[in-house]
Amino acid sequence: MKKLYQKPSILKLHVGFMREKKSAARTLIRSEIDGIPVKTLVEKFGSPLFVFSEKRLRERFRYLKRLFESHYPRVEFSWSYKTNYLDAICRIFHQEGATAEVVSDFEYEKARRLGIPGEKIVFNGPYKPLEILERAVSEGARINADSLDEVLDLENLARKMGRRLKIGLRVNMDTGIYPRWDRFGFNLENGEVMQVARRIAAGGLLEVVGLHCHQGTFILEPGAYGQAAEKLVRLAGELENRFGWQIEYLDLGGGFPSRNRLKGIYLPPEVAVPSLAEYIEAIGRAMLSGLPPGNYPLLIMETGRALVDEAGFLLTTVRATKRLPDGRRAYILDAGVNLLFTAFWYHLKVEMEREIPGPPEPCVLYGPLCMNIDVVEESALLPPLPRNTHLILSPVGAYNVTQWMQFITYRPRVILITEDGRAEVIREAENLEDIVRKERVPEHLR
Amino acid sequence: MKISRLAISDEGFVFDPETGNSYTVNETGLFILQKLKEGLSPTAIVEAILEEYEVSPEEAERDVEEFLEGLRRFGLWRESHD
Ligand SMILES: Cc1ncc(COP(=O)(O)O)c(C=O)c1O
Repeated sequence: MKKLYQKPSILKLHVGFMREKKSAARTLIRSEIDGIPVKTLVEKFGSPLFVFSEKRLRERFRYLKRLFESHYPRVEFSWSYKTNYLDAICRIFHQEGATAEVVSDFEYEKARRLGIPGEKIVFNGPYKPLEILERAVSEGARINADSLDEVLDLENLARKMGRRLKIGLRVNMDTGIYPRWDRFGFNLENGEVMQVARRIAAGGLLEVVGLHCHQGTFILEPGAYGQAAEKLVRLAGELENRFGWQIEYLDLGGGFPSRNRLKGIYLPPEVAVPSLAEYIEAIGRAMLSGLPPGNYPLLIMETGRALVDEAGFLLTTVRATKRLPDGRRAYILDAGVNLLFTAFWYHLKVEMEREIPGPPEPCVLYGPLCMNIDVVEESALLPPLPRNTHLILSPVGAYNVTQWMQFITYRPRVILITEDGRAEVIREAENLEDIVRKERVPEHLR
Repeated sequence: MKISRLAISDEGFVFDPETGNSYTVNETGLFILQKLKEGLSPTAIVEAILEEYEVSPEEAERDVEEFLEGLRRFGLWRESHD
């Protein structure tokens, strides 16, 4: 006997029905950060509030350092200022032994102000204004040239100073990933690097002692680092043979991912993001197998986001509740994309400060700006949140407190929870005076 | 092909790890998905349905076509021309 026939059907399910309700809610609670209740932090320092964990920062740095040291004998970490240049954060990494990686006059000056000597600064970036370039050169910074024009600037400085200058070259290459960042430095595959090297050697004013390759950011392919290391090692050998230079350092830039959820990738970061150990093994293997024994150039890493992202949280508060015309719930938070530049690219983790009863349902989290683009999360799954509920967004330690903007509202406080569990303000909230101080009103408008 | 990546439970719960979308299929829908996963062509699937179920060839053929169109619309399946 044949079975009873039913027309085949397929229905798309919506997120709200999908998960087991209780367990979904339970994983979303973060009542404290490093031992201090979120509620206390907000009461004492206000909302929104950026919170950094010193413990996490130091643990992460030491972990990465140990991993590298077990795969290559000479590694230097150079803290990527643009990723987070708050003094306190930089000081923590400098205390741990990191040098400074800067890409502008502002960042160079900030590193010097923190007491970092020139020779402990790596100077990258596509535009180094002449004045700061001259200062950096005279203070012995490692300069990685990005363009031929910059090489010409450096030759002029060499003439002016009456001595040969040591420089690094920034190189871009195919490491099998997409998108390829090919606008920085000189291309390897089309021979541009060799051509510029020949040009430099002929000039006799500069000497290439370093190679630099920053492939991009949030790179999910450990093998790309193996390829970059292999190609830089080979290039170093060629330059040494042809021009008699001694390559002192190879700099693999930044780009390691943090445990964040890039938009368009559904799998949770625990699954989608390879472990840092895989990256470091790939680098170590390529370096050691490509280098002649006993010749170990310094390996510089400019790791940014992977060191700092997960140490940062943003505490925010539900200020209003809405139903959208399509029936979805929406919340207005006191923090928006003005503070969370990374919300454009990542689905930040949303956690509640306490358990809130009720079935989770899909909802939208809006910021306080009067702009349609101010969406912190387009589809969170949360129980009905009462007004004044505190939420914790993470990871937000990388690129937010540098790329945030003063727009419509003030930028909030940033605090650091110290290793011994104290909460210290590391950046005060902005006030009206901070913002208008730079303004000038012409006479006729007074 | 995409179909092989889908997680399909015996109860007809379908999960696409690439987009995070979930679907539910009825018994015949599940039957077709499993056959697609085994690599059967649409014509072979119609034949398999005729063997298993009480249904006319015309109806089975039309329904399979319609179901496949649904999969296409959700980005779960593409006809291969080889
Ligand atoms: C030259 C350079 N080094 C290091 C970094 C830090 O990158 P990440 O935060 O991805 O580690 C960047 C970021 O853009 C960079 O441009």
